Amino acid sequence: MRFLSGLKISLFLACLLPLARLLWLGFNDGLGANPIEFITRSTGTWTLSFLLITLAITPLRRLSGWQWPIRVRRMLGLFAFFYACLHFTTYVWLDQFFDPTSIYQDIFKRPFITIGFASFLLLIPLAATSTQAMMRRLGGRNWQRLHRLVYLVTIGGVVHYWWLVKKDVTQPAIYAAVLAVLLGYRLWRKRSGPAFLNGASTQSTSRPAQENQR
Amino acid sequence: MLIKRPSDILPSEITDREIYRSRRQFLQSVPAALAVATLPGLFSTPVFAAEKLPGARKSPFSTGEPATPYKEVTTYNNFYEFGTDKADPARAAKTLTTRPWTVTVEGEVKNPRTYAIEDLLRLAPLEERIYRLRCVEGWSMVIPWQGFSLSELIRRAEPTGNAKYVEFVSLHDPKQMPGQRSGVLDWPYVEGLRLDEAMHPLTLLAFGLYGEVLPQQNGAPLRLVVPWKYGFKSAKSIVKIRLVEKPPVSAWMRAAPSEYGFFSNVNPAVDHPRWSQAKERRIGEFLKRPTLPFNGYGDQVAQLYAGMDLKKFF
Repeated sequence: MRFLSGLKISLFLACLLPLARLLWLGFNDGLGANPIEFITRSTGTWTLSFLLITLAITPLRRLSGWQWPIRVRRMLGLFAFFYACLHFTTYVWLDQFFDPTSIYQDIFKRPFITIGFASFLLLIPLAATSTQAMMRRLGGRNWQRLHRLVYLVTIGGVVHYWWLVKKDVTQPAIYAAVLAVLLGYRLWRKRSGPAFLNGASTQSTSRPAQENQR
Repeated sequence: MLIKRPSDILPSEITDREIYRSRRQFLQSVPAALAVATLPGLFSTPVFAAEKLPGARKSPFSTGEPATPYKEVTTYNNFYEFGTDKADPARAAKTLTTRPWTVTVEGEVKNPRTYAIEDLLRLAPLEERIYRLRCVEGWSMVIPWQGFSLSELIRRAEPTGNAKYVEFVSLHDPKQMPGQRSGVLDWPYVEGLRLDEAMHPLTLLAFGLYGEVLPQQNGAPLRLVVPWKYGFKSAKSIVKIRLVEKPPVSAWMRAAPSEYGFFSNVNPAVDHPRWSQAKERRIGEFLKRPTLPFNGYGDQVAQLYAGMDLKKFF
């Protein structure tokens, strides 16, 4: 228990480092010639990173046999939402300065913004139902079904990044590759079927929601 | 045409520049001092970049808008020959050797010639042209260039009746340009203009920036500056200028024909397929500003495109 709370506190602080870095750079003239672009990119790529880290929890737990990763998954998922909110706020406030016409046109005319915005919207119900009380109210099954949206959100996020870059897709390709591994692992396990599950009792889908696998 | 008086340049701008310069000179003197102490000659390139280009006369084509500081102009660059991140060229372009350098003018001309860069610099009197630069990505700067109209060079080559277009070829040498080891564009970088665009007095062959020899990351030792077109049309580190009959296929047209056309005139009414071109962020400013047709040079160049559908010929 003490291990877990210590872990949670250090992880919480670690998750704030990308924001701390931006603030530090901001106050030290370190954001380059186009600070708004820098902040938009940074909060965007950290959103993707946190989504991928969250999706890595289940494989990590399965492969290592550790139980603690599942205990920090909610926090990691909420940090993905936190950076997505910063990303969205940067766009609406700093980049567009609340210009309704150009935001409206962006969302409906630019496929990369359409998909980014849709992914952000889909993250909201996941964040809203992340509490124990909401899990209980929804019931494990429904909660789990709802939270499978995270796959769609992450795919949408990677596509959003891919369509945005002018020509060099190296960076989005790295995120896409990690996502492919994480999704591939799940497909492979699903295809291998129950015979593969050596510790079948801990994997059962009827377990309480928090313990369920995504 | 509105000609603004030089008093529009704020005294604070000038001070700024001196501070940047002295800081730069100090920073450059550090590796130079190290070089003297340890490996003579190894760090000679960055010292070279600060060479002055004196005596450029002022030009009525200059804008009175405040210039973007030297630091931003030289650290935020799209120059894929040195990497695709805008911070890459300032870091990686030191490997570019700009002397000796030759430029060949050839093709449909009566006087083809290969110029040494030193001779080219003396071809016509240098002018300072303070131009707006609008990048296709949606940001802009105001940059004081030193150079002369490209027409000075083309005129001397005497284009034949077949010459309709001008093709610009940039250096292709992966040893000096590490970004060329990646296939992000088809190398060498190629750009093109219609002959009348190339002969327009605004079209500048630039050798300097802020009164100094062009830094490598800005396209040394010579580049094109076509202020009414998106930045990528202004080819950098040019080695060949070829007059041709057919429209050249530029590197960006080859890479994404639906996104980058031959003309690529700055046009707020024609969006890039993936983003809007209606506004731009001037580097150093917080709020975006509206983008002007032909980047504000419409009075001078709009007649070049009279009767053309600019949505079709984007």
